This record gives sequence, structure tokens and C-alpha cells, in this order.
Amino acid sequence: MRKVLFGAAAAAALVTALPALAETVAITHARILTAASAGEIAQGVVVIKDGKITAVGANAAVPAGARVIDAAGGVVAPGFFATGGVLGAEEISSVGNDVTVDNPDLGAAFDLQYGLDPNSTLIPVARLGGLTSAVVLPHSHAERGGDEDETDQLTAGGGESGPKSHALFAGQGVVIDLGGRAEMVTRAHVGMVVPFGKAGATVAGGARGAEVVAFKAALADVRDYMKNKAAYDRAGYRQLDLSKADLEALIPVVQGRMPVIATVHKAADIRLVLKLAREENLKLILNGAEEGWLVADEIAKAGVPVLTNPLDDRPESFELLASTMDNVARLNAAGVIVALESSEGGAHRARETRYGAGDAVSHGMPYAAALAAITINPAKIFGVADRTGSLEPGKDADLVIWTADPFEPLSQATAVFIKGVQQPMTSRQIELRDRYKDLHRDLPPGYTH
Amino acid sequence: MKMWTWTVAAIAAVAVSGCATTAPPAQDAHKASAPGGGTKSAQAAATPPAKPKPLLKGLDPALAANPFPSTYKALPGRPTAIVGASAFTGTGALVENATILIRDGKVEQVAAGLAAPAGYEVIDGRGKWVTPGLIDAHSHLGVYASPSIQATSDGNELTAPVTAEVWAEHSVWPQDPGFNTARVGGVTTLLVLPGSGNLIGGRGVTLRNVPARTVQDMKFPGAPYTLKMACGENPKRVYGSKGRAPSTRMGNVAGYRAAWINAADYERRWDDYRAKVEKGEKADPPKRDLAMDTLVGVLKGEILVENHCYRADEMAQMIDISKEFGYHVTAFHHAVEAYKIADLLAANDTCVATWANWWGGKLEMYDAVEANAALVDAAGGCAIIKSDDPDLIQRLNQEAAEALAAGRAAGLKISEAQAIKWITANPAKALGILNQTGTLEPGKRADVVIWDHDPFSIYARTEKVYVDGGLAYDRSDRRYQPKSDFDLGQPGEGGR
Repeated sequence: MRKVLFGAAAAAALVTALPALAETVAITHARILTAASAGEIAQGVVVIKDGKITAVGANAAVPAGARVIDAAGGVVAPGFFATGGVLGAEEISSVGNDVTVDNPDLGAAFDLQYGLDPNSTLIPVARLGGLTSAVVLPHSHAERGGDEDETDQLTAGGGESGPKSHALFAGQGVVIDLGGRAEMVTRAHVGMVVPFGKAGATVAGGARGAEVVAFKAALADVRDYMKNKAAYDRAGYRQLDLSKADLEALIPVVQGRMPVIATVHKAADIRLVLKLAREENLKLILNGAEEGWLVADEIAKAGVPVLTNPLDDRPESFELLASTMDNVARLNAAGVIVALESSEGGAHRARETRYGAGDAVSHGMPYAAALAAITINPAKIFGVADRTGSLEPGKDADLVIWTADPFEPLSQATAVFIKGVQQPMTSRQIELRDRYKDLHRDLPPGYTH
Repeated sequence: MKMWTWTVAAIAAVAVSGCATTAPPAQDAHKASAPGGGTKSAQAAATPPAKPKPLLKGLDPALAANPFPSTYKALPGRPTAIVGASAFTGTGALVENATILIRDGKVEQVAAGLAAPAGYEVIDGRGKWVTPGLIDAHSHLGVYASPSIQATSDGNELTAPVTAEVWAEHSVWPQDPGFNTARVGGVTTLLVLPGSGNLIGGRGVTLRNVPARTVQDMKFPGAPYTLKMACGENPKRVYGSKGRAPSTRMGNVAGYRAAWINAADYERRWDDYRAKVEKGEKADPPKRDLAMDTLVGVLKGEILVENHCYRADEMAQMIDISKEFGYHVTAFHHAVEAYKIADLLAANDTCVATWANWWGGKLEMYDAVEANAALVDAAGGCAIIKSDDPDLIQRLNQEAAEALAAGRAAGLKISEAQAIKWITANPAKALGILNQTGTLEPGKRADVVIWDHDPFSIYARTEKVYVDGGLAYDRSDRRYQPKSDFDLGQPGEGGR
């Protein structure tokens, strides 16, 4: 067994000496947060082999020949999910992104998996925050963007925007891993984003009632199309509003196989969407649901999961009047499966995901539930729980070693594994930091790299 | 002519502004026949001044230095002793088993093991942490209020690149629900600034974070005014897109310099005018200009410059401009590249109000590093963690913790007692109010926060927040959880 002492020097060495293939690794003396039925293991061993977790437990054996990492009382946790963000699809916000389409002939068929960049500088930054997976979702152009400083409001003019197209469907999301490899897609077509509430009203021409009618009509067209494909293909069928690509993309939606990810905020709109999903036999995920606590029992009864930012507690718009820091704890208590999103669209600030989980805990969510909300819950909601999201034998070795409680800002990740491959503990930001740490070198900073 | 006279107010204003305003006595028999002439002063001094006859109200900037005075009144308080807490004093110290005595709205004493004097309300501080009230050096609460719609978008007067004449306080909506959520986060003082779309955006206003009917009821008594300036992408984008200057960074710099030239010229015209009056010469006063009044206030050192500026190279140029015209940049805001010139900023005694985590929204934010504040601090500079955001303002302590952790990860040895200054004493310095608040030193305003955990823990929440010794928020008592008018009758009733 080789013993590797983990520190800055070892991490730096990894930049150049990254193992090309997954190896056998045993992490010892770790407090293990499994996010699985085993719960928390006060002290134990995690074994990684061929990219998979092969053993987790207080008494798991260290295989012969394994590289041993002594966690020295630190914590091992599943890698966290950046849920609902744009990692891999945006570099500098003001320069644009690959998550928003404004094309009347192509909405539902928009497939985010083709626009991802494994070399994005955001990905290593996110990894250092303990993130190993991301759920990347299309954003409706009717939704408001981020506000990196206050001046975005000067061009947004406060956020009112008129109807731009009939893009009822914003497109299909994807789950990726943050290993920075070309093959970064864990699962494509994980859901169909549909804006409801004010954003939905906007794309439908200005009113919620218009959107619901248009949405139902579109689904009816898809069902007609499915029954009359042959006629449609020989142009022997009535004209349909949606393009053929969009109609095809919506087939799994009307079949209840692909969930609708409904962007929706206020209680009345949540109720409306729940009803719509019942009537149309749709599989549903709520995204936003800041007023969800007002209708938590109805959401739970419908078995519908919620993606939400636990820090949304202001009446940012008239759709968020009842938003509160207690929302996620109350949804969880009602039995709703919750996944936590981070601020600013989960891109540059995706690394704050773990702090949001801590804030959820201080506002009443049990620790294990908050952990689940950034690990196994998003994995379940998006259909990758067989692969990742918890520390269980057979799953991908997507895990992080922490100095202490990963929700605490003063805790730091010391090692990140994705599919069993240990990741370099650096980023463009770290390189910049180190270049300017000493301002008294003989040569200008440009010579330091 | 109305300007040839004295008033008590004018005398007072003269004393403050340092600009002499004298006039010959109105009843001087020689006045009409001997205009001007330096020899008149002896005669004028010999004759007592007669009927006061000021400039028309509103025409003399010296007479209207504070036209919107603070009407702030402290919340009711009583002598209070917080006993047995861990106290970050904001001076770089952590006092264990501390007793914090509050009396007459002031910090009376902070000492370990002190028993509560008789007559004090005793708060059991065991297992709890105490800090000075947090200060946000960069907020737009009230000027970009919630809900965020066109009707509440009052922070950027984007009709000209230099709008030194506007004052943020005239846009502040005291019912912004964000003031209440910020107070829950421990913020007792905040600087509300105009936005950064303009080269010179106008005056900021320093507020006490108390529920109030008017902005005057929130104004921090005696706090100096501030001026918002902005570098970089925002002004050139806003005005370039309107097809006018500035559309480039060089256009930005030309814009600042032209504004300071105008201000210096305006100041000269008033000085000339007052000198003539002093000598008893006939003189026409310059026409008062609100924008120039503010800029001259900066040149006189009475108004502090708060400069939005991301890039290191641009900050260095802004420092040169300040030297060209003789003013000081009190703080650079955002300043995500401050770590590249931490030595220069420390030498210039310019604070850096920044974030830990925000980056990449624009190219000028691309080189941000989490350790920025820590590197500024380590270089001997004045580091500040600020929000620029109605959500982050609720968690300044967490952002400071993230910045501290990043500093430690960079190998810097920084204590929590030092890092707490980033959200207390240092922003107080940048707002010109360190002599009044920002630390728990005896005699300072009793702006005090009690936390249920170490404030550098993610689990820390405030239990009680005092402003000037008055209980402004109490997590366990609904009576001290104020709500905005806006929240009444709405779903959730403002329970945040």
C-alpha cells in the first residue's frame, strides 16, 4: 500500500500527474455521510475500484495494493449536485450562454446536451466547492437573468418583457459530471422545461389563461400527431403549430415518461400546474416553488418533487410574496422530495450549494434531509440514482473528502473523485491567486505560472 | 442687492465651509460712492454690521449644506448586560466569557468575567457570540426595492453619464421589505448607493437600519456624504449603446476628468466671489449647481468617494485621477482584482469593498479570486466584505467566512477576530463613521448583535439585534420582528 499525504504540494503535483485511469483507492479514518440507508458512519472506510465504490462501512477491508488516503478524521460525502444551473453552458454571463433559445420553430426539441464545454473554467471552480454533478436546464427567454451587479437592472428595466415568441417549451435538460472529460453527459433528455406563471404568460402573449390553453392544445396536437404520423409525413394531415422536431420531442412528455420541469413560483400557479399535470397525465417536477410551503400538502400528495433555492426569502416579484427561508424545511416536513439550487442560476456561484444546505439546516431542515437535497434527491429526480448521489457499493465513485462538516465555509475539500478519478485541486482562480500572492518578485507576474 | 449682507446662519456656514463671506455694512455712508477698494475693510470692521440680507434661499450652497437633515431617533433602550458571551470586539480581539454593558444607547464596557451591575437587564450570553452591528458598505436597498419592477427601479439615473446632482436618499423607499431581512442578518448600518451605470452616479446615503416612515428618520446623524463613481464596462455599455460618450474606457476617463475640471472651476468662481465680497467689492454670485456642489464637496474632503471599479489597471488610473484633482478615493467597490495591486491600495489608504464568491458575470469580473479580501488584508490594506445585493446582505458573516477560509487556504494566517473587521470596523472606516460605530469600544453607539453560533459558522443566526442600544430585532419575540407596510395582508404576511 502506498500512503499519500494530502496537502497543497500533493494537490499541485496532481495537476501534471493526474491518473489517466481510475485506480483502487481506500479512504480511511473518515466520518462517512452516505446519503443512503446506512446514514452517517462515525468512522469507516470507503473503497474505490475501477471507478466504482466497492465498499463502504465501519469495518470495510482495505484491498491489497490500494492507494490509501488517510482522511484523518475528516468527512467523506457524496459529490454534490449543482441543480438547475448552467455549468458547462456558460462562461461569462454577459457574453452569452447555450441554455436559452429564442426560435419559434424550435423549443421542445432544443437539446442542451450538444452545447456543453468540458473545458469551461467554471467547472474546476465548482469542483473545489465539492460539486461533482450538475443538472443543466434550458432557461426560458421570458425568465429574468441573473444580476451579477446591480446594473443588469438597468438594461432589464425592472424585468418586464413583452411576448417574444410562442416558445411554450424551453427545451430538454441534461445531467453531467464535472470531471472535465469530453464524455460528460451522464443522462440526456432528463426533463422538458416549461415556464409557467408570469414567464409562461409572457411567452403565450401576456396572460396565464392563454398559456394553459395553448399548452393543452399543444399536447393535444402531439397526441394527434402520434396517431396520424403517416398522414402527417405525406402532408395529408392538418397543419400543426409545432415543428416536427418539437412534436417528436414531446412524445415522451405526453406519454408520462419525460417529466415536465415547470418553472413556477406562487401558490396559485403551483396549484394550477398540479391540476394540469393530473388532467394531462404528465410526470411533473416543480422548479422554483418559493411559495410551495403554502400548498406543501398538495405537492406531497401529488408525489411531485421540487427544485428550489433555499435562500429565496424576499418578495423579489409579485410571484414570490410569501417566500421564506423556512420553505424548504416545510416542504421536506410535508414529505416533498426537495433538491436545492444555488443563487445566480447555479453557474459561477454553484460552489455555494453547500452553504445553502447549511442555511436550510439552520432554518429547520434535518441535516440528513439537507444532505439528500444536494445528493441523492436530485439523482433520483433526474433518473441517475442508480449511478450516483450516494455512497453505496456499485455506484460511481463521485465523492469528496472534507476537512470537516462540508456545509461549513471554514471546511475545505481536500480531494475530489469523479467516476473514481481524482481531480486536480486547482482552478484558473487558484492560479491567479498564486501568481499575485507575492507582489515583490523580480520579474512581473506574467512570468509566474 | 440681497447678497451684500450677513445672517447668523451665514456666519455658521462660513465657519463650517471655511469660505469667507463678508460684506460692507449696509449703512456705511461711503458704500455707494466708493465701490470696491481694499481700503474699505478697515472702515467696515469699525462699523458694526447691520441688517442681515442673505442670498436668496437656495442660491448659496454654503447656506444649504444639509437640506434634508436626519430626524433619526433611537429605539427605546434600557441598561443591558450581556453576560458570558464570546465577543468579537471589531478591534481584532475575541473576548471570552465577556460581559457587554450597554447604557444610554452606548457601549459602556466590554470585559471578561464582569458581573452585571444592579438595574441592568441581564441577557444570558453563555454559549453565544456577540459582534458589533454589521455594516454593509454597498447596498441598493430602498433604491432597487422589492418587488423588483420598473416602478421600484430608482437606482440609476441613466440619462447622462455624470449625474452628481442626484442623491440616493431621494429614491429610498423606506418600506422596502429588504431592510427587515437585512436586519435579521445583523445589519445595523448600510450605505445605500446609486447604481454604477454612470461615471459619476450621485450621492449615497448612510442609514441606520431601523423601521421608519421617512428616509430622514433613517439617516445616520453626522455621517459624511458619499459619492458613487464607476469604472469600466457599465458606463461605456450604457452610453455607448445610446450612441454617445462614453463608449470606451478612454471615454470614461475623459468624462471623469472633465467633471473634475468643471468642479474645480466652479469652486474657483465661488472662491472669487466670496473673496470679492470679503473685500467689499461688488460681485455677482455664481449660479448654484447641485452637481458641482457635490463634486466640490469631494475636492474639499467633506464627501467620501466610493468608486465601483473591478480591474486593477483601472483602479490605478483612478488613483492617478484623484491625485490630479486633489481628492482621495475612500474605497474601491467590487474591486475583484484588488489582490493584483494590494500594495498600491494599502499605500494609498484606499479600502477594498468586495465579495468572496461573485465572479464571471462580465469580463471585468472574470479574474476574481475567493481570497481577494484576505490578500488585501494581508498586505496591510482595509478589506471589506459587502453585499451589493438584497440577499447577500442577509449573510455578510457567511461571505466573510468564505473569504477567510480562502485566505487560510492560500496559506495566510488570519484570525476570526481579524476577519470580523471586514464586516464591522472596516466598512465603518469606509463610511467615515468609525468614530461612532463598527467596534464594541466604550462610548460608541451600542450597535450589537447576539448570535446563536460562531458567526463564521453556516449555522449562525442572529438572536437579538440592537441599534443604539434599542432592541431592533428579537428572534424569539414577534413584537420585535418588524414588517414592512408592503407585507401586510399578503400571503405569508412577511414571515421571512
